[in-house]
Amino acid sequence: MGAYLTRRVLLMVLTLFGMSVLIFVMLRLVPGNIADILVDSAGIADPKEKAKIARELGLDRPIFDQYLQWVGGLVRGDLGFAYVSERPAIEEIAPRIPISAKLAGLALFFSVILGVPLGVISAVRQNSGIDYLLRIISLSGLSLPSFWLGLLILMASVQWFGMIPIYTNEPRSFIDEMLLLSIPAAAVGFRSSALIMRLTRSSMLEVLRQDYIRTARSKGASQTTVNYEHALRNALLPVVTIIGIEAAFLVGGLIVTETVFNIPGVARFLVEAILWRDYPIVQNLVMLIAFCVVVVNFLVDMAYMALDPRIKYAD
Amino acid sequence: MRNRLAIIAGGLVAAVVISAPAFAQKQGGTLRVSHRDNPPSASIHEEATISVNMPFMAVFNNLVFFDPKEKINSPDKIVPELAESWAWNDDKTKLTFKLRSGVKWHDGKPFSSKDVKCTWDALRGDEKQEIIRKNPRKVWYKNLKEVTTNGDNEVTFTLERQQPSFLSMLAAGYSPVYPCHVDSRAMRSKPIGTGPFKVAEFKRNEAIKLVKNPDYWKKGRPYLDAIEFKIVPNRSTRVLGFVAGEYDLTFDSDITFPLLKDVKDQKKDAICEARPTNVHSNLLVNRDAPPFDNPKLREALVYSLDRTPFSDILTQGNDLRGATMLPPPAGVWGMTQGELEKLPGFGPDIEKNREVARGLMKELGYGPDKPLKIKVSTRNIAIYRDPAVILIDQLKQIYIDAELEPIDTTIWYNKIQQKNYQVGMNLTGAGLDDPDGVFYENFYSTSDRNYTGYKNPEIDKMIDEQSAMTDVSKRKAMVTKIEQALLKDAARPPITHGVANTCWAPAVKNLVLQHNSIYNGWRLEDVWLDK
Repeated sequence: MGAYLTRRVLLMVLTLFGMSVLIFVMLRLVPGNIADILVDSAGIADPKEKAKIARELGLDRPIFDQYLQWVGGLVRGDLGFAYVSERPAIEEIAPRIPISAKLAGLALFFSVILGVPLGVISAVRQNSGIDYLLRIISLSGLSLPSFWLGLLILMASVQWFGMIPIYTNEPRSFIDEMLLLSIPAAAVGFRSSALIMRLTRSSMLEVLRQDYIRTARSKGASQTTVNYEHALRNALLPVVTIIGIEAAFLVGGLIVTETVFNIPGVARFLVEAILWRDYPIVQNLVMLIAFCVVVVNFLVDMAYMALDPRIKYAD
Repeated sequence: MRNRLAIIAGGLVAAVVISAPAFAQKQGGTLRVSHRDNPPSASIHEEATISVNMPFMAVFNNLVFFDPKEKINSPDKIVPELAESWAWNDDKTKLTFKLRSGVKWHDGKPFSSKDVKCTWDALRGDEKQEIIRKNPRKVWYKNLKEVTTNGDNEVTFTLERQQPSFLSMLAAGYSPVYPCHVDSRAMRSKPIGTGPFKVAEFKRNEAIKLVKNPDYWKKGRPYLDAIEFKIVPNRSTRVLGFVAGEYDLTFDSDITFPLLKDVKDQKKDAICEARPTNVHSNLLVNRDAPPFDNPKLREALVYSLDRTPFSDILTQGNDLRGATMLPPPAGVWGMTQGELEKLPGFGPDIEKNREVARGLMKELGYGPDKPLKIKVSTRNIAIYRDPAVILIDQLKQIYIDAELEPIDTTIWYNKIQQKNYQVGMNLTGAGLDDPDGVFYENFYSTSDRNYTGYKNPEIDKMIDEQSAMTDVSKRKAMVTKIEQALLKDAARPPITHGVANTCWAPAVKNLVLQHNSIYNGWRLEDVWLDK
């Protein structure tokens, strides 16, 4: 196990290194840089002004030097200076991370807390009225884009309650913040919960037809024990995989949700930074997301072992 | 057309009624405003967008200013600000300002003539001054020879030749006085001014918070304690926020005509005012490469345009028809509809115009069986793309088979500057409703903002000539002559001038929108809240 873990950690480091090269090169392949954009935003056509800004920001230096400077800084914990705000990148990124993390956590919580139990109910009550209803809800969850759902929620709030649940002022307490984030989290988590519900249902149906379930029933185990102790635990393996994947995909959902609900999180900030070609912000944020995905993948693999004792990772 | 003029004229009358002097102004309160995007920086001198002017104008003062109580900016409505008075010398080449004493910057340092000198030295292009990094309006001051100080409270601008519009340029929202002792980086992130409000916070992607300057030189002003601009990039969220009472004022010109009905339906007490946006759509024609290096082909383009569908489809018929200068009643220098109809391609008989265009195309060997294939390039943003699609449809009428080429917005000016296009659909904003501001910026051969690289010594000469004219009616005639010449040469043929709405809650009092420049009039020191 120890050797396996070491191998996994090394692989994670290698993946992050590959990611750093990829994001660095890809950003520079996209046409236009911050100097172009700053000059363009003022509607100026003077190449001298552009060259002056490029020089000031170090964009005229060899690309390899720029890469080494960034990675070296990253290792030392120095994320560099944001081009647009001209402040240390860490000061721009750090306050936004908790906001997005809370939103993503809440969205994931909603999707699991709704998706798994409803998937189980749908499976054990197969072809009943409640099964049909839950299947319709899950299908609508997969079909509704989260930005549209978000807008519908905002319109309904204004129309019926005369208020709009958007992030205008910093919430006064943690509870206030959770309440404020719960609506966008529900909007962004709805799709994931629908996916988890459908997968839980199909996985449960498959497990419920297994011989060991029949054996458990014949031994007199109650329906609840059969469903939750024997069936669900075995049905959860593919569900855990999809929860891991969904956690990574949540970033995409957050971009539109943060925009619609005006939440000052990292996802919206990342899009803005890409549009401005603010390399230090984009590079560091993409690396952070990559790091989270790699860690979540690792945790999912570890969860397999906890859920199914037959799984062992060989040294 | 009459309809559109009636809306603007009606807007002016309504605005005058709405903005009638109110009594018992109340002190205090926070004005909450929605902002459409992240301003590129807070430095007005470095930028060319309302996204910067609207939130940051209240931080600064000019030497002189267009009277904020007036709806129309005109040279005879200029009032003193940091200057107490001004005087021209006999040959109108020296303009001397007596400066207000006792004025302090927001950091407590005293304001003096040195600040005025270093601001305009930087704007003239003196790289030793480190208060700006970019200088988009350098050409505004091409006639400024030097700025000299005489003690702390007097400054003289010496011009190469007389230029009646010079004072108007100093009165524009784009001409604040900057402090000498603050570097350009600070001015971009947390600027220091002498204005009625100080910058408390500029959080990108979130908010800009201004607080009352307790040491403001104008006693009793501002009325408001603070102004909060909330950055809300999604327009639907902004509009819903305004309807729900989350914001007191919408971003400038944010409410399009299709949206206006929704706003009025859902917030019946909202006050909305329509006015020109000072942005007009126009064509960029690459005259340095085939096929449009041929003047006849450029002329055919000019005759192909039917401006009514642009206005009808995009703004429910509310856009204004005009040449480069904003047309009356809001525009001071633009042509009347009667004068306009005499311009090539502006005649009311569209079929007749297009017959001229088709004749020119046939002369060049094109026809229904042999159309000219071109690309119409434009920024990949809806407000650029939509008129480009209408243009492509109209070009078919004169045997031009055009294909849309949407360009990533970050490389748009690069592409135009490198002349890597045939025809472009463009939008041009005018910071000041004045021929010097508009013509020098966009058409003068040495201007940094003449991104098409248009060079015409005759036009340069005419621009200089009108710039020196003191007789307003003669100057206006010259402006019309320049407009005709530009159109004949297909130099950015204009399509329509935009009109849009700004809305506010009834509690917002004394807000006067200026109808010939959205970039001016955001000092907000006279605005108060009746809450």
